[in-house]
This record gives sequence, C-alpha cells and structure tokens, in this order.
Amino acid sequence: MAYSKELIKELEEKAQQLRLDALEMIHHRGQGHPGGALSAAEIIAALFFHHLRIDPDRPNWENRDRFILSKGHACAILYPALAGLGYFPMEDLKNWGHIGAHLQAHPDRLKTPGIEMTTGFLGHGISIGAGLCLSARLKGLDYHVYVLVGDGECQSGVLWEGVMTAAKYKLSNLTAILDYNKVQLDGPLNKIMPLEPIKEKWESFNWKTIEIDGHNIKEVLEALDKAKENKNKPTVIIAHTIKGKGVSFMENKAEWHGKAPDDNEYAQAVKELTARSF
Amino acid sequence: MNKKVSVRKTYGETLAEYGKVNPDVVVLVADVSSSVQTGYFAKEFPERFFNVGIAEAGMVDTAVGLALGGMIPFVNTFAGLFLRATEQIRTCVAYAKTNVKLVGGYAGLSDFKDGPTHHSITDVAVMRAMPNMAVVVPGDPIEVKKMVKAVAEYPGPVYLQIGRADMPVIFDDNHQIKIGKGVIVREGEEVTIIANGSMLARCLEAAKVLSNEGTDVRVINMHTVKPLDISLIKESAEKTGAIVTAEEHSVIGGLGSAVAEALGKNYPVPLEQVGIADTFAETALDYDLLLDHYGMGINDIVKAVQRVLRRKNALSHSENLKK
Repeated sequence: MAYSKELIKELEEKAQQLRLDALEMIHHRGQGHPGGALSAAEIIAALFFHHLRIDPDRPNWENRDRFILSKGHACAILYPALAGLGYFPMEDLKNWGHIGAHLQAHPDRLKTPGIEMTTGFLGHGISIGAGLCLSARLKGLDYHVYVLVGDGECQSGVLWEGVMTAAKYKLSNLTAILDYNKVQLDGPLNKIMPLEPIKEKWESFNWKTIEIDGHNIKEVLEALDKAKENKNKPTVIIAHTIKGKGVSFMENKAEWHGKAPDDNEYAQAVKELTARSF
Repeated sequence: MNKKVSVRKTYGETLAEYGKVNPDVVVLVADVSSSVQTGYFAKEFPERFFNVGIAEAGMVDTAVGLALGGMIPFVNTFAGLFLRATEQIRTCVAYAKTNVKLVGGYAGLSDFKDGPTHHSITDVAVMRAMPNMAVVVPGDPIEVKKMVKAVAEYPGPVYLQIGRADMPVIFDDNHQIKIGKGVIVREGEEVTIIANGSMLARCLEAAKVLSNEGTDVRVINMHTVKPLDISLIKESAEKTGAIVTAEEHSVIGGLGSAVAEALGKNYPVPLEQVGIADTFAETALDYDLLLDHYGMGINDIVKAVQRVLRRKNALSHSENLKK
C-alpha cells in the first residue's frame, strides 16, 4: 500500500505533538505515566488522525469504529488526540485529575467524550473488544474494534481468556495492537515475567500476527490496513516500541513508568522533542 | 407446604421465552449451561448464546463489550464463582455502569451435596457493596419468572440470585414486582420479619406457628437488597417495634446488614438476624436439613422472633419506668 509522503510527515508531526501535549499534562498535574504514553504516540496518531472511522460530531454514531485503551494508564497520549479532534476543548487538558473535571487519571467512558470504555486496571480490553465485535455481528454493523494492549498486561491470565473467545468466534473485526515496549512498573519485562515467544503465543491461540516497528508511521499504517483485510481471524499487531520514546533520559527506564518530570526535566524533554526535524 | 418448583428450570425457560420478545438479550455461560439451565435459550437462539468455557472473568468482560454494543447480556455461572470475576464486575460493570445482568446460580447452600466450595454465602455482601449495582434475591418460582423481564428492563447493572433447589410456590401469576420495592406478604402488628430467597417460605411457616401461639407477625418479602426499600423498613419499625431478618447468606453483609444499616439511621428498634453465622457450612445429603443445621430452620426463626419480642418488651418496660 502506498501512503503519501505528506501523510506520513503529517502523522509523524502529530505523534511528536501528542508527546509534547502528554508531557505538558503530566508535568502540569505532577502525576501520570509518561513511559507507556510516549511509546504509543505513533500508534495513537495513525489511528486517530487517519485510520479510524470516527466522527467527533457524532460520538454515539452506531457504526463508528471502537478504540479501547486497555492500557488505560497511557491516557495522557490519548486525551490530547481526542481534544485535537474536537471531542472536548484543548483547555480541558489542564484540568486533568482535578475534582470535578471530566478527565480522570484513567479513562472514564461516562465522563469523557470519545472514551469508549473505562479502563485502568489491566487485562480487560481484549474480552471487551471481543464482546463489542459480537454485538456488531448481531446488529449487522461493520465497524472495526481496536484494542491497544500493554505488554505487561499480557502476563495476566484473563487477557488470554479474551484471546481464546475472539479466536473461537473468528472475530476478524478485532485488531489488538501490542505496545511492546518491554519495560513495566517494577523493571524490565524479561526480568519480571518474560513473554517470549510472544508471536508464537498469539499464533498458537489462532490469531494472525503482524510484527512492526511501532515508531514507524508507514509500518503502523500498513499493519492497520492489512489487519482489516483478514477475514476469519482476529489480528494482533506486535508493535516493537521504546518506553519513554523521544526523551533520552526516559527511554527504556522503568522509573519513568509512572512519575512526572520536574521543571528542569520537563524543559529538557521539550527541548529534545522540539529539536527533531521532519 | 406448597407445591415446589425448580427455580433454575423456571429461570432457564423464562429466559428463552423472554428472548423471543427482546432481540437484544444475549446469554453467556462459563461451562455450567446444564446446571443453570441456559440450554433452553441456547436451543432457541444459538447465535445469541456464548459459552466461553471455564473463564468467568473473561466472560464478564466479554459481556461488558456486548453491553457497550447495545445488547443486554445475561451472564451465568455459580454465585460463588462470580467472586472470581469481582474486579471485572467492580471496574467494568459497576464503575463503568454497563448494562450487564449477572445471574448467580446455585446460590446459598442450595448446592448442598457439593459442599462449601460450591456454596455461596458472601455474594450478596460483595455485590451490594458495589456502587451502581442492584441486587435481587427472588422469593419463589413466580417471582423468579417475573424478575427475568424486570432485570432485563432495569437500567444498569443487576445481580440476580437463583438457587439450585426447588422452591415452594408462594405467589400466583397476578403477583406484581418492582425492583427496589418490598412486598408485604402477611400483615401483623407485633413484629416484622423481613426475608428473601428461600427463607421467605420458611418465614411464612414460622409466622403460622407464632400466630398459633398468639403472636401477630408481619412478613415482608424483600426481594431487592439494593436499592433497599428503606421507607417500608422504617414504616415496619414504627408500626411493630421489632424486626427479624432472614436470609440464606452470611449474617455479615447481606440483607440483615442492609436492614440494620437502614434501621440504625432511620428508626432503631431491636433487631435479630437469621442466617449463616460467620462460618463455612459443610457437605450434606439434604438441603433442608443443612439449612436447619446452620441456623435457618423454621424453629430458628420462631426463636429469633421470641428473642426480639423480649427485647422490645424490656425496652418498653424501661421506658415506662422512666415516665
């Protein structure tokens, strides 16, 4: 598939802007999860600014594509995308986590427009996505369901229950994207609880797999389109990513899973992210 | 005692019937279809029936997705096994307020022969503590039948408890139910028994015994533990001055606790609780004997009423002395 250079450049810039917005939010609030937000920037940019069939003016449109952020702690990268599309004003980002604000620490479907499902505790997204796909089938709708899962949550048994359900019912309208950044709260994933061989695991559960560089916009776009062509199996896009991508001192560091940068660190991060030329 | 009917069969048949009227109803089960009798629905609507295997937590999340897509999922497993999915229920059903209907079968001690692993004496306590969750414990087969529609049409999450045993028929087809509204089954002046589930029939038997002894007992069917009919509880406390609760559940956290909370805040009167003490039961060859053995016999209800009346009388005596 061919994607114009302009599109790729635009989405690269969007991803970088999402990173800046996410860090601004986390710094402003003094709390949040930068590592796993930064690793998902290209995936979110490609989905929300190009791939998803959504209409911010009709957030309840019955046949819209659904996106579930199973790794809810990465919401700092999702909220600015939703605001950018007009689901709510950009100014709301400043009130993230304040009492009375609609933006919760983790996504809340009842409070925030554009959030399809409440998430935060891990391991739920695949089963929920499978249920949505089943209801699409029963209602004769052709929307596609996307679930962004973290690698850490692939350690939980309940995730694999959903993987089996999706395979049993041949839910080809389900695409999981694995943000495989290989670092979790307590340290390197391989040290805490290894997942390899992860591709073979999903394949042996009867899923189609596509392995990509999750920071390469072209590869992300291609994988999302390829996953939709698949007609009898769900697909997982195994996106190799870097935790904290784009900020040198955050990259691959477990300590940046869930803490906010101080003023100096924030200034340094902004400098690094804006220095990159396209 | 009245004619007994299998409530799980009633539930299964009614669900299949209701499925004809409401095309949005879907049914999920975790490999206990023959036990909780969802097979009737499966036969009628195979495309709306999902057996996910022994995967209760995943089943609840899958139901959440179906609800997000506009379906009304009835999720079925043993009441005790729903505890395995408690976090899913808390986060994705209760907090996210998804329109999921949880049906806990084999509730209480009704699976007497399979022992304490299969008994369920804490489900009401756990479900009741969750914001947004309605909790319903029907008192006879007619009520089970009527609840299927009521639960499906209730907006939001509901936990519906169904026993394994046959239950005596108390009501007729004209019986009216509304989730959140208690029912006065027998009028009386001296004491009120508030019961649900299998204990309702036993309480009516106890009321007859007490009536023969000259005690006038009001009996309330509190099929909904949450939202609780507080005004009926308060009115009963004001009228009769003494309350006994009866449930096939631990005395911690269930109907008795809910009533105690309501009384404490609104109109404190002496209260006695009939239920399972803070203990696990054991395997038995007979359901009724097991209930009797663990403090839920008709005689236990009678004794609880006598105790509460003694406390009521002692109170009024000391108040008279103060005057």
